[in-house]
Amino acid sequence: MSVTTPTPAVESAGPPAPARAHWQHRLAERGVDRHLWLLTPALLFVVLLFLYPFFYGLGLSFQPTEGGPFSDYARFFGDAYQRDTIWTTLGLALPAALLNVVASVPIAYRMRGRFRGKRLVTILLVVPITLGTVLTAQGLLNFLGPTGWFNRVLTALHLTDEPIRLVHNYWGVFFSLVITGFPFAFLLVLSYLSGIDPTLERAAATLGAGWWQRFRMITLPLLMPGLATTFCLTFVLAFSVFPSAVLVGNPAGETRVISIAAYQAAYEQYDYPYASAIAMIMGLIELVVIAVVLFARTRFYTGSTGGKG
Amino acid sequence: MTAGAKAFSQLRLQGVSRRFGGHDALRDLDLTIEAGEFVALLGPSGCGKSTALNCLAGLLPLTAGSIWQDERRIDTLPPERRGFGMVFQNYALFPHMSVRANIAFGLRMRRLPKDEIRRRTDEAVRLVRLEDHAGKLPGQLSGGQQQRVAIARAVVLEPSLVLMDEPLSNLDAKLRLEMRTEIRRLHQSLGLTTVYVTHDQEEALSLADRLVVLREGRVQQIGAPEELHTRPANWHVADFMGYRNLWTMRVREAADGTVAVERDGLRLVGVPVGPVAPGDEVIVAVRPEDVRVDQGDATTNAVPAEIEVVEYQGRELAAEAVTAAGSRVHLRTDRRVAPGDPVTLSIDPQRLLVFPGDAAATRPADKAAAVVEEPGLVG
Ligand SMILES: Nc1ncnc2c1ncn2[C@@H]1O[C@H](COP(=O)(O)OP(=O)(O)O)[C@@H](O)[C@H]1O
Ligand SMILES: [Mg+2]
Repeated sequence: MSVTTPTPAVESAGPPAPARAHWQHRLAERGVDRHLWLLTPALLFVVLLFLYPFFYGLGLSFQPTEGGPFSDYARFFGDAYQRDTIWTTLGLALPAALLNVVASVPIAYRMRGRFRGKRLVTILLVVPITLGTVLTAQGLLNFLGPTGWFNRVLTALHLTDEPIRLVHNYWGVFFSLVITGFPFAFLLVLSYLSGIDPTLERAAATLGAGWWQRFRMITLPLLMPGLATTFCLTFVLAFSVFPSAVLVGNPAGETRVISIAAYQAAYEQYDYPYASAIAMIMGLIELVVIAVVLFARTRFYTGSTGGKG
Repeated sequence: MTAGAKAFSQLRLQGVSRRFGGHDALRDLDLTIEAGEFVALLGPSGCGKSTALNCLAGLLPLTAGSIWQDERRIDTLPPERRGFGMVFQNYALFPHMSVRANIAFGLRMRRLPKDEIRRRTDEAVRLVRLEDHAGKLPGQLSGGQQQRVAIARAVVLEPSLVLMDEPLSNLDAKLRLEMRTEIRRLHQSLGLTTVYVTHDQEEALSLADRLVVLREGRVQQIGAPEELHTRPANWHVADFMGYRNLWTMRVREAADGTVAVERDGLRLVGVPVGPVAPGDEVIVAVRPEDVRVDQGDATTNAVPAEIEVVEYQGRELAAEAVTAAGSRVHLRTDRRVAPGDPVTLSIDPQRLLVFPGDAAATRPADKAAAVVEEPGLVG
């Protein structure tokens, strides 16, 4: 410090009063950073695009065209045809999400190291993300349809007498959900796996663990929290299935999912409060499933796994 | 816990080599390890120490050579079937298992009876003095405690060979000294056979029965600590073993047993290590503690110089002096010298080693091989 710096009056004023910390420091102590205002645009965005429509819909769902505030909810649960859409949707989304996660694990596990051609394989596995639901549906119709390659091969090999029905029913939607959901699950699992220090498995090997024991006792437990998160994300994606349920499913019957019910209420009966109530129910079910999975997740070790991230 | 050392009497590495792409990380490592020995692999970072250890553990396949445990060839066995214990540089403790579970892991893999697992785990926990922490997760332990868990986990299996890859490099100086003693104590009391990797020559000298010095994937010298300390096989080893004064000079005369060298009017006499002939460019190596600040009684190797920098190091001072010709001399002395003091330095000719020079620097591979092949230098 230079000698010529003018001494602030406060310092020369006798015995120092316990200095009041600068307001920024006091805020920082409570975890508030003054640069937080930079988050404003993002907050505004969230409020306008997410919170506002949500609360608008929530409000709307309690203002049915007739009856008390909960009558639209009562109507949904009272009508078996509507109520069953919940089970139909869960019956599609839960197995599809589970399969996506379970299938990703061995593939990502095999691919966790570095090897020649890894990039190419990854691209091939991830391409379906870019296709979109409609193109996937188109492909499924051509491939799995009654006159598609799959059935033609089966008939040519005399494995079946008549084509197996794989589209316009449960399986069509299920395949579509797997094709579009798998890349997400795979990429997530791959990145969770690369976050686990590979030396841990090597250490287990020197202690006498074979590959299955290494996987089951070291890698899998450390991966479980990541798998739970991945499951939640692919489940949410699958739960709001709409286009494929219509295009490759049987939207009037076995694949009448909950989003179709909401769509029909809104755009065929023009009953917006009822549609809002269905949308709220949809959200609630998703929340319940996620809460259950995340609760189960807390039972695993979720700390550092020493990898590169 | 009793010794596992009886599992073999000799472990032989023959021409063990490992390439990465076109790069030799380890080349032609020949080494015989006797049961009960403490062998240190020593060398600068990137010289292939970890590669050698991983090849031994089975974590890296060899690209050439073989490893024999007595008459049994083991280099094709996977790590889980070799039965060697390994301590990793970052400890590699299983983060989701308690200290106790970490230590018991190897015993569980052997499918030992429950009460035996409990007994041996308890014993190992006691051995590394972690009784108060047995239920904690590794993340809740300090570095030194984690290190002890890693060691306990490796030795609880009574392995025929324990491999340690720079186990102390993540600890602070004081803890490092304590753990060093601990490791040596365990080695002796359990009758282990240990291969220990380090880049710290002091650590290697103090721990090992035998040292293997590596440079750029090749063995430079194998020998007892004493041998490496007093008779490094080439100037790279000398450099690594604390010969801080390395001067490039030219040979004037070479009689048997002594060699006279010269540069810029400075004439010195020393002991040749390796073939040197008059006119050769050589590297002269001297330890700082072998440079004496003379009282005026020196007859040979007296060098007038001026003290430039002084570092206080307790009982002694470490100083740097500059000769009239501008060469820098590192020395240690208990005389209270100060910067600017004119001094006469002297070096015992027996402590002044003259190594074949430049050729070794430009063709390190050939030279190193030639030197290593000399009888008497390899232990
Ligand atoms: N997996 C690998 N791929 C390519 N090169 C490697 C690999 N592992 C080690 N190397 C190279 O081999 C040489 C020796 O490495 P290493 O044995 O780890 O050295 P250190 O003596 O420091 O333990 C280094 O040059 C390093 O770059
Ligand atoms: Mg290393």
